[in-house]
Amino acid sequence: MKFLKYLIVGALFGIVMAKSEAISWYRIQEMFRFQAFHMYGIIGVAVVLGIIGVAIIKKLKLKDVEGNPILFFPKSKSIARYLFGGIIFGLGWALSGACPGPMVVNIGYGFASFTVVLFFATVGTYVYGLIRDKLPH
Amino acid sequence: MIDFILNPWPWWFSGLVISCVMFLLIFFGKSFGFSANLRTMCAIGGAGKKVKFFDFDWKKQIWNLVFLLGAILGGYLTNTFLTYPDQAVEISENTIRDLKALGFSAPTTIQPKELFSLESLFTLKGFLILAIGGFLVGFGARYAGGCTSGHAISGIADLQVPSMIAVVGFFIGGFIMTFGIFPLLFS
Repeated sequence: MKFLKYLIVGALFGIVMAKSEAISWYRIQEMFRFQAFHMYGIIGVAVVLGIIGVAIIKKLKLKDVEGNPILFFPKSKSIARYLFGGIIFGLGWALSGACPGPMVVNIGYGFASFTVVLFFATVGTYVYGLIRDKLPH
Repeated sequence: MIDFILNPWPWWFSGLVISCVMFLLIFFGKSFGFSANLRTMCAIGGAGKKVKFFDFDWKKQIWNLVFLLGAILGGYLTNTFLTYPDQAVEISENTIRDLKALGFSAPTTIQPKELFSLESLFTLKGFLILAIGGFLVGFGARYAGGCTSGHAISGIADLQVPSMIAVVGFFIGGFIMTFGIFPLLFS
């Protein structure tokens, strides 16, 4: 029962991804071609509200529902891993038109082909784990 | 009101709802990072026995897998109850023109049949495009330590420089694919 709230928030996430058309390959192409504001507007609003909200949480030292302080952990400093990893991710994002969230939303929406995309994304994650010691981080 | 829900949602409303999703997870004591689920699925599949990267207590990530199931459900609910039938994505005329030059017809639904129909999946080229696209996303997300939710939304909300570098990388990769590789791949 304690997991029910995650199912509901997940469903809200799936609905907003689908209703905003962020799950559409066409919308991702339009974004990478700078031909509409739509995707930039979605990400921009989420980021600006996120920055304000996180600042408020830190300022007021807010706690989560279990009473634990909400902490934000700085990510490890590096350029190579974020840049190279990011570029590889971006290549795949433009090709398949989906980052990991929209992949599964598309499956729910009825596009069965995305099970193939999701399966190979999992394979990609596995191969990264296999060779990560050989990659610059 | 009903018309607002059934039509595609405007960008400002969508961005607002996405930030609500992030803050709900934060107040549940979790963080918004979708691609972590791919690592969890590897761990559940037994990858931790061979590869140390997957040897972690994945039971602590069950909440995120439930979130993933919710996302699938959300996609289903949207298509079944929350949309007008057969709505085409209203992308810009310029994008329609550019994609036409690459052999894609104008949108009739939310995804191009040239890539996501089962007929396309069962061709070698169609299969490889989806497989390689997925592989690059999964590999790159873990290499970069996060995807759009973890870096572009959560990381930048916390003003983290690594996330800004990752997002710059996302766009460099997206431009290389769109302007460099697509003309070779499609015509």
